[in-house]
Parts: sequence; structure tokens; C-alpha cells
Amino acid sequence: MHVLCCGGTGCHASASAQIIENFKQILAEKGLQDEVQVVQTGCFGFCEKGPIVKIMPDNTFYTQVKPEDVEKIVNEHIIKGRKVTDLLYMDPENQEHVSDSKHMGFYRKQLRIALRNCGFVNPENIDECIARGGYEGLGKCLTEMTPQQVIDEVTKSGLRGRGGAGFPTGVKWGLCAKNKCDEMYVICNADEGDPGAFMDRSIMEGDPHSIVEAMAICGYAIGATHGLVYIRAEYPLAIHRLQVAIAQAREYGLLGNDIMGTGFNFDIELRYGAGAFVCGEETALIHSMEGKRGEPTFKPPFPAVAGYMMKPSNVNNVETFANVPIIITKGADWFQTIGSEKSKGTKVFALAGQINNVGLIEVPMGTTLRDIIYEIGGGIKGGRQFKAVQTGGPSGGCLTTKHLDTQIDYDSLVAAGSMMGSGGMVVMDETSCMVAIAKFYLEFTCEESCGKCSPCRIGNKRMLEILDKITDGRGTMEDLQELRNLAAVIKDAALCGLGQTSPNPVLSTLDNFWDEYVEHVVDKKCRAGVCKKLMRYEIDKDKCIGCGKCAKNCPAEAISKTNYIAEGHKLPSMEIDPTKCIKCGACISGCKFNAISVK
Amino acid sequence: MAKVKSLAELKAMREKLQNTIDTRERGDNPEALVQVKVAMATCGIAAGAKQVMEHMMEKADELKLAIVFTQTGCMGYCHAEPTIEVKMPGKDPVVFGHVDNNRADEILTKYVMNNEMVEGIIPVNYETIG
Amino acid sequence: MINVTIDNKHIQVEPGTTILKAARQAGIDIPTLCYFELAGMKFENKPGGCRVCVVEVVKDFNGKPRRNLAPACATDCVEGMEVLTHSPRVINARKTVVELILSDHPNDCLQCEKSGDCELQTLAQKLGIREIPFKGAQSTYRKDQTLSVMRDVDKCVMCRRCETMCNTVQSVGALSAINRGFNAVVAPAFEMNLAESSCVNCGQCVQVCPVGALTLVDNISDVMKAINDPTKTVVVQTAPAVRVALGEEFGMEPGTIVTGKMAAALRQLGFDYVFDTDWSADLTIMEEGTELLGRVKKFLNGEKTALPLFTSCCPGWVSFYEKNFPDLLDYPSTAKSPQQMFGAVAKNYFAQKIGVKREDMVVVSIMPCLAKKSECARDEFKVNGNPDVDFSLTTREFAHMIKQCNIDLNNLPEEDFDSPLGQSTGAAVIFGATGGVMEAAVRTAYEVYTGKPLANIDLEVVRGLEGMKEATVDFNGLPVHVGVCYGLANARKMMEEVRNGNPRGFHFIEVMACPGGCIGGAGQPYHHGNSDIIRKRMEATYREDAGKPIRKSHENPDIIAIYKEYYGEPCGHLSHEQLHTHYFDKSQHVEACGE
Repeated sequence: MHVLCCGGTGCHASASAQIIENFKQILAEKGLQDEVQVVQTGCFGFCEKGPIVKIMPDNTFYTQVKPEDVEKIVNEHIIKGRKVTDLLYMDPENQEHVSDSKHMGFYRKQLRIALRNCGFVNPENIDECIARGGYEGLGKCLTEMTPQQVIDEVTKSGLRGRGGAGFPTGVKWGLCAKNKCDEMYVICNADEGDPGAFMDRSIMEGDPHSIVEAMAICGYAIGATHGLVYIRAEYPLAIHRLQVAIAQAREYGLLGNDIMGTGFNFDIELRYGAGAFVCGEETALIHSMEGKRGEPTFKPPFPAVAGYMMKPSNVNNVETFANVPIIITKGADWFQTIGSEKSKGTKVFALAGQINNVGLIEVPMGTTLRDIIYEIGGGIKGGRQFKAVQTGGPSGGCLTTKHLDTQIDYDSLVAAGSMMGSGGMVVMDETSCMVAIAKFYLEFTCEESCGKCSPCRIGNKRMLEILDKITDGRGTMEDLQELRNLAAVIKDAALCGLGQTSPNPVLSTLDNFWDEYVEHVVDKKCRAGVCKKLMRYEIDKDKCIGCGKCAKNCPAEAISKTNYIAEGHKLPSMEIDPTKCIKCGACISGCKFNAISVK
Repeated sequence: MAKVKSLAELKAMREKLQNTIDTRERGDNPEALVQVKVAMATCGIAAGAKQVMEHMMEKADELKLAIVFTQTGCMGYCHAEPTIEVKMPGKDPVVFGHVDNNRADEILTKYVMNNEMVEGIIPVNYETIG
Repeated sequence: MINVTIDNKHIQVEPGTTILKAARQAGIDIPTLCYFELAGMKFENKPGGCRVCVVEVVKDFNGKPRRNLAPACATDCVEGMEVLTHSPRVINARKTVVELILSDHPNDCLQCEKSGDCELQTLAQKLGIREIPFKGAQSTYRKDQTLSVMRDVDKCVMCRRCETMCNTVQSVGALSAINRGFNAVVAPAFEMNLAESSCVNCGQCVQVCPVGALTLVDNISDVMKAINDPTKTVVVQTAPAVRVALGEEFGMEPGTIVTGKMAAALRQLGFDYVFDTDWSADLTIMEEGTELLGRVKKFLNGEKTALPLFTSCCPGWVSFYEKNFPDLLDYPSTAKSPQQMFGAVAKNYFAQKIGVKREDMVVVSIMPCLAKKSECARDEFKVNGNPDVDFSLTTREFAHMIKQCNIDLNNLPEEDFDSPLGQSTGAAVIFGATGGVMEAAVRTAYEVYTGKPLANIDLEVVRGLEGMKEATVDFNGLPVHVGVCYGLANARKMMEEVRNGNPRGFHFIEVMACPGGCIGGAGQPYHHGNSDIIRKRMEATYREDAGKPIRKSHENPDIIAIYKEYYGEPCGHLSHEQLHTHYFDKSQHVEACGE
């Protein structure tokens, strides 16, 4: 028998160490130390109800266990085999105690559809994929469905583009299929570029066959025989696994001519991107594949009309494709049952930032931010306060506590001032300065702008310069006004999606953290202590004993003696000249008397 | 490899493969055959999954343990890379995080050989579509 | 026809009409910056990049307002569309965009060559921009120049017109956008110097640049210095296309012919001899026409010869085939261009005649062209380092000189050119327009070949602004197949066709680099995308031809005289020495650009 005790940060803070200690002690007292093993585990992700204790092998899940409950668990459950009912998890829906964790709703918070094979199969072995039902969707399409039926099924499923904009996938296929042409292309957009996002990479590395299969299905549906994957050259493992998958599929006759004896031909080639964020925009991606400068062109014409080599092309993102085979095998009706009213299925997020369980998660559309942060992510690191969550990367915005119960899907995120984006999700706590965060994302956009249209090329640079002024303590209230105007114009007038969404991080922080901007501008203060130029180092004259170590450490000779001798001290205290201070922190690290602080 | 010529053939193949994988899991010697999956996406490899896997294979040989090692994609536990999943015959798979060479040894000697739990199990917190 | 409403005006437009054109149809002039069109000449640049022409679509195809502002230049009208071009949202965005562009612009208007001719300046004026609220970094880039083109990319607004010209219209591929974001500029591949790139100095990038980022290399002071040097005899020649465009710089209607005023102005500027490139154009016809007939005769005799013969008057074109078709260097005519023929005659025959040493004579040309500046500096056109043509000025520089010297061109009495290099025929005049060299050559070659007068000397089939034309002229039973094109992308197609065995059986092909021929040259007054201006210059050219008493080069008495007196016969020994040239393989410049 095993007692599993959650050792996650959240539970640890609420005395899980004491619980383990108690278990060990009481079990030893009863002479059960050899029969029952007590183990500390990683975070269960269910910190809201922590500390968690799980008894194996019967999967009993105790929540909010206190150290004094341990004796009861040992006596009742371990010795007598009776579950301690009042410590069991109570299902909030029907007010019933759930003893077996497999039946807890909590485990349905995450549902892996796109990631269904990731971490399950060996991605370099097509047999394992076939054993999991791989290529059956393609087989079904080719033998039992007409191309129009495939399009209808995908449309009916409600699948929307996972690259960020959320355009209905089936409709996109339908638009492309209308432009019948002897040469058409299925393009997989694997140019994942959001900082911190790696959803697509993980799918390609963990389940490349689902992409190969989905592209072939799309080819059949729209009437294309060529598939192209535009993938970043910085993804060598994903490239390797895709290459292996393509080669294996060809060997099995699942790519190439006369697939599964149906007369359908389809093959896939890889094209490598050089890591330009803007090449994730579909027209820029196509130009890059054509060997031209990777910059967007105005739509229309859409790729469905004039795409790669001016031929009708359908561009979908990796995660979108990963959903397709399972929609075909399990049906649109099944897929429709998952998710929210207007956004069906699940979304993969790369959960990062000041959160305990940084990781790749997949949740049904409509899951709240609160569930993701507190139940899946295990809450904020170090038990600190949640401040904001950034979704959608450089195109998204920062949402705050008031949005925690927002059910995330394409439309609700846009309504809240952010966007789905490709699935980056960065959680921030009070140690994050929201002005600095806005600046970080804008710096990224400035780097990655192609420079074609003036609002994005010059406007973003000017916005960044204004933010620089603000974080340097030179900002004015007029600057904030200008920032808003510029952001609005760039959003309204930029050429492509990159430019149109680039002001979002600034706009959303202006909306949600206006006070912080005003503090930077008026009080010249950064409450998170991030903006270096706004920091002030001060010596507490009453704590300082005048040893002078700080002055010795100071590389800028900014510290000198005062005339003030505090009570009980022999030497005059020191002081810092703020005009000379370079905020290096050398004084603080040298002071043994905690006399120096940052304000 | 002969080409797959129809959907029926693909389905037959799936069944056959499922059986082989099941047999492989159960093995000729159901008591001894253990399956270890190592999360080998870029993040896992960067965190040292490859070295750990190699080390673990050597160690298993040394201990004369019949273990099938396979690589797999991202399990999603970026906060605890490298991660491995150990499936003992007849039991639910268990995921271990932060696996370095020492912990790998510990997993083999304690969990695999003696069914003792090892600190740092990662509770699986998702459902997967089959 | 589809119905659209722009600023509450209801209009009907053809499907496929952009909002910009529909608005113009309705009398609403939406401002633009990057957009550029030469209507009817297959040149359109609409990257939708500057965002100056944005408008608000209050009702789109789906009956709903469009989320973002739409670029009028690149958005097609759809049935029932409703558009506002001056709503507060539009005006604010448009002003902000122009302010942003100005915030990354040197704003040294007073010293800028484009001052008064700058589209950004006009735009700022139109929008009433009085201050730029943004202060920040300015993009800086090194200056670069060829013998013809100056690049000051700090002024670049990324309209990409030059790129479209260079890549699409000319297929030269010397200019393209490099770098990202704020640092994006238009530059040659690998940031090499333009002079070392595949650039042929056609200068069309300069002609279309809305600002002062691409300008010409100014030689006014060199010429003024020569005029004011008493030891120098300064001889000037003016190209056919100059006389039909110069007036525009002085407020005259496009297409006004100012030949006589121009001669008078040149004399007032202090040139010692005022001659005409038209004279040497007639000479060119004699040489090139004879060369053509020679090759055709060889061909008919079954001898090996390079047919079709390509014209070689246009230095942009010459540079283009030297760089791109080194395997076909036998095909172009070896006859020098009229500018260089003039220079050779002036510094050999004329200098000797008036007893001036070659070194003491300065030959200046007034050209519609930027490539001429590079052409006259070619080594093979120098004798002991002294060039046949010392300086080549453009029509625009010439206009500046006239203004600088307080000459009132409008009220100047008309004067004639000097003799003996001043008299010309209608055949020379039409060199300025696309198809003109061909027509002039046919007028002479026909009569020389057949020995009969040409019944109708107006060869209408090769006239007009079509980019590629072909015709067959019956030379008394011999069908002579001729082709005419302008734009180097068209020329490339012709060359490739020849490389592939000349399937259409051309005998003679005229190529001009610039749109419409020399009248649309890069040294001409800026046309700002108004192709009507080019059309009117062309009409003036044919009007001038029609009014000439002599319209065939071989009938020019001064030409007849110089062969009698000096050269003997066309393509003779001396003319080969002075009036013909040879070509070089310069493909390394194209290879350097990675093509």
C-alpha cells in the first residue's frame, strides 16, 4: 500500500511536510512502516483543495487534509479499510463524495484530442500510430466519403483555425475547393513563432503522423495532390520526425500514388522557414515558400484563390490539422459535444510564467482561466498573488483578476481585449511590471515587423520609444494619450494581422492597469520594482551602523557618510546620492544589517 | 513493407498491431516485462532525457531487467523534465518527473524491482481520447 | 456594373474597380503615396503599404461594417458597398500615418532635389500637417551612387515603386527590400553598391520615386564651369525627346513643342555651338539601316549572320544585354547611339573643321535619360582619356539651369540650331517615341533596298504605347518582320525568344528601356504616374515629324554632305572606326546579385 502526499508548492505551503511526517510517525508506531510506503509526489494541480493525499492502490483521493487528520486516515482507512468520508472530494455539481479519483471531474479539466498520441506513441514508429487508429480517418474519407462530405463533416464539427484567428476550417476548405484547378496546394503552417509557444512543435514531435494524415484528408477534400509543410529550421527534431513519418507513410502507401488503392494521389514536401515571425501570416508564408521576401500582401486575393505559385492553396495550422483525423473517425457530432457554443473542441496552451505547473496543457474550449491557473497550473509560484495572464503572445493582451472566470474561447478572449493566438499563456504575479510586459511584447513586434506598412514599421517603433520614456521615468500624461491614439491607428490601419494586433499588449495593459502607467508617469514609481531607472536605493539611518561596507562596494562612489549618529550607534550613518546611484545592488548584498532597501 | 491497399487492410493491420503491442506489454513473462516511455520532445531532450534513457538502458541490463524502452512525444509536464512513464504489467502507468541518472537508478531498484514508490511521481491530470 | 456609395455619392462601376478608382470616378480624390499607376501601360504598384489611402467601409459585402480601415488602392468595390473617405476615424488615421512617415524622414525639404516635386511634401501640405508629435530614432543608411543614380535611403518611405519598376517592368532585379521593421529599406542584394549590381542605370526608379530617396547625379556645375572657361569650346546637342517635354517645367501644357525656344535658351546659357542630336539620329539610321540590310542580304544568301538585329541607341538596354545576355552580343547593332555618334563627329570631324584641339572642346548632351550619363563615361568612348561626350545633362537639369540663369523660356523668341550638325529630318524626331527608330529605319532601308520611294511613310503599326508590337513590312516581295518593345522585361522576353531560335522570324527589333521610349525617360520632367503626359509627348513627337520638310534620314542634305566630305559611305572604314562600337560580357554583375 502507498500513501501519496502532494509535494507541490501549494500543498507544501499548507503543511504537506507535516502530514508526511505524521504519517511516517503514526505508521511506525503501529508497526506498519514496511507495509505502507509514504511518498511525496509532484503537484496534483488541484491546489485549491490541497493538501492532497492519495491512497493507492484503491485510488482514494483525500482533499484539504490537515496534519491532525492523519491519525484518522491511518486508523480508519489503512487499518480498517473504511474510507474517511468527510475528507473525500465533494463533487460540486451533485454534492456527492467521490472516492475514486478516476471519477473526479477534475480529471476532465484537461482533455487531450490534438495531443492524443503525444507521450503515448513512439512518433518514429508508424505501427504504433496505426495501432492507435492512425490513417483510418484518411481511409474512411477515401473509401466512404465524397470530398464534399469531408468538407461538410469538418464544417459541421465547428473546428476553427488554431493558429489564432479562429476561421472555420471547413468553410476555408470549401472556399478553396470551389476554385478547382489542376494544381492546388495543401499547406501546413508550422512556423510557430510566438515567444514561449511550442504547441505545434510538440505535436509534430509527438504525433507527426496525424499531420501527414490530416493533410492528405484535406488534399482529398479540396482536390489537391501536393502538400507543403512550412516549418521553422530551428525545429530540427520536428523536421526529423516529420521526415521519418512521411517516409514511413510513403512506404506503407499512405502517401504517394494510388493511396489505399483508391486512385487518390497525395504527397508532402517540407519547406524551411528562417524564423521570421511574420511568416506565420499566410500570405507572407506563401511568399517565403516561393523564395520571395517574407512579407504579407493585402487580402483579397486570398490563398484559396491565388496562393502558392498563384494557385489555389489552403493553409492550416499544425494544431488544426491534428484535430482533423479524429473528427473524421469519431464524427462531427462527437466533436461538437466538446467546447463552448461557438468554439468547439479543445485548445492546447503552453502554460508559462509565474505558475507552479509550467507545461503543455489541452483544455476544452470554455474552460475558465481560473481552472487553468489554479486547478491545472497549480496556482501561482511561491503563493504570491495572481496579477495578470497574457494570452495570444505578441498579438494578445493581458487579462486580469476580473477576467479569471472568463470562459476562454476565440470570441470571449477578443471581447476581453486579448485573443486566442496560437496558444501562449503567460501567468504573471505582483513581481511583474505591466508597463515592462507591454514593452517586452512590443519589442518583439518591432523586431519581427517586416517593415512593409508604415503604421507597423514606424508606429510600433514610436510606441516603443514612448514606453521607453515611461519606464525611464521621463513619461508624461500626454505620452499616455499619444500611446492610445497610436495604438488605435495601428490596429485600424496596419496591413496584416501582425500589425493589426501588435498594439494589443499595450492597449490591454492601458485598459486593465491604467493606475500602473500613471504611477510610472506621475509618481515615477514602478510598484513591481522592475523598471530599474525608477528604483531608489535608500539607507535606513537608524539601522545603519556606519561600517562603510556599502560605500566600499559601490562602484559609482554614490555612498557617503552623513552627520547623523543613530541612538546606540557609534558611527554616523551612510547615505546614497540618487543622482550617482546606478542601481547595481552591490550595496544591498554587502549590508549585514538590512539597512538598505529599494523603493 | 507491402503497401496498404484498402481501408479494410488498414483496419486488419491495426488489430494485429494492437495485439502485438499488447503482447509486448504482457510479454512471454508477464511478471517481468516492464515498459518505459521517455518523453523525447525537444524540451525533454534539452533537459537530458536522451542521456537518462541511455543510462537507464545500461542500468537495466546490469540489473538483468527485461524492460522495453520507447521514446515518445511531449507529455506536457515541462515543469518536470525529463519525464518518464513506467508501466508495470497489470498496473496503471506511473509518471516520474525530474529524472536524472540517480533517480533513474532509484526508479529501477525501488519501483520496478520492489514495487516501492519513489518520490516525485507526477499525477496524470488529463484524459486522452483513444 | 455594381453599385457603390462613396461619401454618400452613389455611383456605378465595373466589377473589379478599386475603391480608389471608383472614388476618382465620383470626383473624390483620395490621397495616396505608395500607389502608382501608368494607366494603359501595364504598370501598377499597389503594395498597400503606406496606408495613406485608407478608408472606412461602413457597409461591406455582408451588410456589416468592416472591422479595419481598408486601403482604397487595393480593395475592390463590391455590390452595395458604402465607403467614407473623410470620416474622423479616417482623417485621424491618415494624418497619424503621414506624421509617422514624416517622423522618420530627414525633412530637409529646402535642400532636397525633390522639393516642389515631392509627393510626400504635397501630401503633408494637403493634410495640413503643422507639427510632428513623435520624436524618435531616424533610420540612417549609407549614401550610394552610380554615375547616374543617387541613393539617399534615409528618405525612403518604402513605397516599393522602385522595386516594382526594377523587378517587374525592367526585370533588372537590382533593388529589393532588405532588413526588417524599422530598419527595412530598399537596397541592392547583399547591400552591395548599386554600381556593382545588376543595375543598368535606366533610372526608372528615380522617375517613380515619390520622394528624394532616389535622384539623379547632378552635373550642372560641371557644365557651368566649362561654359565659363574661356579656353573651352563648348558644344551642345539635344535629344529628340527633350523638345516635347521641357515646356512642362515652365508651366506649359504637356506636348508643347519648344524646339526653337530651347535652341535660343542654350545659346543664352553660353554654349558656343548649339547642335542637335537629331542630326546624329539621322546618321545612326544610315549606319544601322545599312548594317541591317547587310545582315539581311547575308541571311538571304544563306551565310551565317546574327538576325534579328537589335537597335543599340538605348544605353540602359545596352547595359542590360551586356549583363544578362553575354551569349547574344553579336545581335545588337554595332552602331553607336546618336549621343555617342554626335560626340565622335564633334570631336573628330567638327573639331578639326573649326581648328580646335580635342582637349579644348567640351561636348555636352541634353538627354531625357539617366543612362546617358553612364554611357558617355564608358572607356571605349574615350580617346586618350578624353571622352567624346564630356557631360550628359537631363531635361530636368537643363530646366534648372535655365531657371538659375534667369531665362524666361516662355517668352523667348525661337531660334534655329547651328550648322553643320543641326539640321535633321522627321525620321530623327521620332527617335524619341517607342517604335520611332524602327519607323525611321524602315523609311530609309526600304528605299535603299528597293530603290523605290516608300508610298506611305507613316508606319502606323509600330506606333502607340503598346509594350510589345510586331509588324511585317513588304520590301518589294521580301517580307521584313520587325518587332518593337519598351520595358526591359519585354526586351528579356524578346531576347529569350531569339535565344530559343527566333521562332517568329524577326529581322529587326527595336528596344527602349523606358515606358513609351525616350519621351518617358528617367531624365524627363516627373510625370507622377500620369500616362496622359507620356501620350501627349508622343503626339507632339509625331506632330513635329509631320511638319518637317524632309522626313527620311537619307535625304538629310547635311548627312549626304558629311558622307561625301568625310566618311565616304555608311559602314565604311572610317565610320566603323568612329561610329561603331563593340560590347562586353558584364554578366559578373548579375551573378554578384545571386541570380
